[in-house]
Amino acid sequence: MMLAGLPLNPDPVLNQPITPELVKKHGLLPEEYESVKGHLGREPTLTELGIFSVMWSEHCSYKNTRPLLKGFPTEKRGATAAFGRVLVKAGEENAGIIDVGDGWAIAFKIESHNHPSAVEPFEGAATGVGGIIRDIFTMGARPVLLTNSLRFGELESPTTRRLLRGVVAGIAHYGNCVGVPTVGGDVYFDRSYEGNPLVNALCLGTLRHDQIRRGKATGLGNPVYYVGAATGRDGLGGAAFASRELSAESASDRPAVQKGDPFMEKLLIEACLEMMAVPGLVVGIQDMGAAGLTCSTCETASRGGSGIEIELDRVPQREAGMNSYEIMLSESQERMLVIVQAGREREIEAVFEKWDLHAAHVGSVTDTGRMVVTHHGTIVADIPASALTDAAPVYQREARRPAYLDRTSAWTPEASGLADLDLAGALSALPRLLAHPTIASKRWIYRQYDHMVQHGTVVLPGSDAAVVRLRLGETEKFIAISNDCNGRYCYLNPRRGAQIAIVECLRNLVCAGATPLAMTDNLNFGNPYKPENFYQLGECVAGLAEACRFFDVPVVGGNVSLYNESPEGAIDPTPTVSVVGFVEKEAHVTRQFAPAGSRLVLLGGAPAELGGSQFLGLIHGLKTGDAPAVDLAAEKSLQDLVLGQIRAGRVGAAHDLSEGGLLVAVSEMLFGPGSPGAAVDLSRLGAPRLDALLFGESQGRAVLAVAPADEPAVLAAAKAAGVPADVIGEVTPGGGLSVATARGALAWDLSELRLGWEGSIESAMKRPGLG
Amino acid sequence: MDIAVVQFPGSNCDQDAFQLFLGGLGLPTRYVWHKDRDLGGADLVVIPGGFSYGDYLRCGAIARFSPIMGAVREHAAKGGLVLGICNGFQILCEAGLLPGALIRNSSLEYRCMTCELAVGDAGPSFNPAALGARVRLPIGHGEGNYRIDEAGRARLAANGQVLLRYVGNPNGSLDDIAGIRNEAGNVFGMMPHPDRAFERFHPSQDGLAVARAVLAARFPEVARKSA
Repeated sequence: MMLAGLPLNPDPVLNQPITPELVKKHGLLPEEYESVKGHLGREPTLTELGIFSVMWSEHCSYKNTRPLLKGFPTEKRGATAAFGRVLVKAGEENAGIIDVGDGWAIAFKIESHNHPSAVEPFEGAATGVGGIIRDIFTMGARPVLLTNSLRFGELESPTTRRLLRGVVAGIAHYGNCVGVPTVGGDVYFDRSYEGNPLVNALCLGTLRHDQIRRGKATGLGNPVYYVGAATGRDGLGGAAFASRELSAESASDRPAVQKGDPFMEKLLIEACLEMMAVPGLVVGIQDMGAAGLTCSTCETASRGGSGIEIELDRVPQREAGMNSYEIMLSESQERMLVIVQAGREREIEAVFEKWDLHAAHVGSVTDTGRMVVTHHGTIVADIPASALTDAAPVYQREARRPAYLDRTSAWTPEASGLADLDLAGALSALPRLLAHPTIASKRWIYRQYDHMVQHGTVVLPGSDAAVVRLRLGETEKFIAISNDCNGRYCYLNPRRGAQIAIVECLRNLVCAGATPLAMTDNLNFGNPYKPENFYQLGECVAGLAEACRFFDVPVVGGNVSLYNESPEGAIDPTPTVSVVGFVEKEAHVTRQFAPAGSRLVLLGGAPAELGGSQFLGLIHGLKTGDAPAVDLAAEKSLQDLVLGQIRAGRVGAAHDLSEGGLLVAVSEMLFGPGSPGAAVDLSRLGAPRLDALLFGESQGRAVLAVAPADEPAVLAAAKAAGVPADVIGEVTPGGGLSVATARGALAWDLSELRLGWEGSIESAMKRPGLG
Repeated sequence: MDIAVVQFPGSNCDQDAFQLFLGGLGLPTRYVWHKDRDLGGADLVVIPGGFSYGDYLRCGAIARFSPIMGAVREHAAKGGLVLGICNGFQILCEAGLLPGALIRNSSLEYRCMTCELAVGDAGPSFNPAALGARVRLPIGHGEGNYRIDEAGRARLAANGQVLLRYVGNPNGSLDDIAGIRNEAGNVFGMMPHPDRAFERFHPSQDGLAVARAVLAARFPEVARKSA
């Protein structure tokens, strides 16, 4: 037997020869395996093969996306020391950090847990939350809020209902117990996600500038500690699992899904923050997320330009008889790696004793540049740390414009002979749209999340953006956060769809009274080896990068999730974006609920666009046309106008126009406290088609509720900004929703509309789901 | 006045309760750790919300055996004031300091929302007069479904021990019970969160009045001063 060049391992399983089949099973290409041998100067051991396999997976290495991501702006041009300066850039660490002034900063990041959630929705979603929280407190920040971005198939499907129930319960289980409020999110239901739901979780934390910690192993001889939960056989090779397509056999991957323990995470948060508060104690810290002990050791060594050696016998273990392959690849949750200043071992141990957690001294920092792992007195891995990180392969994949785009982008209602709505059609379309789960109230979901713990939530879930009060030492600051991405637009026009995700997200923030600061993104796509999928990925990233530059919103980190395919094909491209905004004064906090007596002002006009709308999908069963047009400059004028009017104190409520168009937006503004009604007149808007006027999803638009006395000033400001502004009606104390159009009058009973909107998901979830 | 907020390792509303009393009412407030055995002469002990020791077994089932709970029992036996909020209420029931038990919500789901509550006639120890007929407080729990046997239910009614009842029952609680006191009138427990209803941007500020109502009978001057 040809051995690896390292000593014979006492465990015969680990001495098996590395065959091409074994290499393939580990998801490495033959040429990648040749490169592994090149880095080692010999054949790898089985443990080393496993280590390369997870570190060179897409999940850890971004090997197919790194060149694309370089296009993102990572710094804010207009930043000041008090506002939006990027302190830790994307890709440097576990999460990006931006300055919010007075010596304080926020760390935030979004990450996917799509594949685990498809196979085991409860644990998959729960551990997704746990993982992203660790990414934040490993930076030294106290987690203060969570959001999530979810995508499912149609709710009619029992499988979707099982997945939705499990994912929501999993997020609730984890987030509620650790005591970080889940303050917002977005959820879409579309057939393309059938069998491959998306579960993207975001966490944001606060810290002082001097509390920022790095994932670096430095200082020759400094001890390396393993803290938190013991290692078990769960989550073996999860990162590699996330880098494959889902198939009928995926259910047998269940051991690759981790099991979470939010109580353990709560202890770990408190113990780590307490430890990091001790001056000079912690040299570096990194969570053990994807690829567990492997990733945390080689990344800290690589970032520190040092080396690291660890002894697996000292790793706390849940089960007897685990071999080095299993220990290194385990993705057991709630574990961290900490590099401590030599001589201060007792101090870290005391903190972890207080919290009844493991703190095991497992190794030390070296200057060899290598990651050396021993087990039972035998070296089981000896790899240059940089070979696993910086030297991981990078590919420029082939891109090909999908053939369907010719057909869909050429579609127009006129060319296809699509009849316009008559009044009866319009009457029935609005309640149907409001009750579609993508548009309907998400109350069934968010009432299961503790969205109030930490007593800082200002705008509760259900408005355009969540607003949270941050208590920072003696001061307090207000931030807003929103997630967005309409995959349907990205399918029909990847570049433009991605831009719409950003502009809509920014509009949501602005309507809440916030100035956008910075963004984190989660790129959810299909298999990048299929040129059509890679085309969508490249176009979406280019669109995002352009819009980010235009709005001066830097990308401070994110996540890439590829291989989102089920046997039916790839998901709609879904580059989820999440932007954090800064609310200057509490008085600027604005909600979408219109007070009675105010006038409704439509900003941005009424262009006749129907492509990619929920209306086309729901009423005509069509996913076609081009995505709505995006004019970044016009969008900017609109947003500056809205924010300016809010700051001038002239806006009673603001709501952006998105899925479902104008009438859905107006209805949603009336679903607040006091249950007002509205008399709307659209007859002077001069629209060629009634369907596009009422339900088209043209961008760059918002509706403001303005007190009559403020109306002239708002209209004058709009005129000065070059933003079309039309007074379309007024909010009445009670009564229904009446809409005059050039074709005749429409009227709805608002309580009926509200009932359908509020109860749609809840009543669907009362129907039996599978399992 | 000395208010002690107990911190179990899984408490997560400890800071909320702390801020309610310190920031909201302006009263001297401090934390005590679950491994401590001494309350240091506190006038009011607050057991906050959260998941004490994970609560995977049954809410509060482990917490009742913790070192600090010995001190809380002694404090209560001597007539000292105790307030349990949410998980704190569950722990007080498990510890036998309050009658009854809290089981899984009838929906089998966690509920976070703001509830309308009818104030019970639990005076004089709870001072309903200062609260008015109704208050609005948020809830956030998966196991807030209050249960008690028939004899206990009759005693609650006879002694006027019900502090708050849900108007629109969110969890299946018997008789819409949201909060109770013990017979002696010094131990209080409630699922709703006064510690989420005191800042100007909260759904209501009724948490302040509820916290004062707990203090009113014993410390009328403090309750008045912080009003």
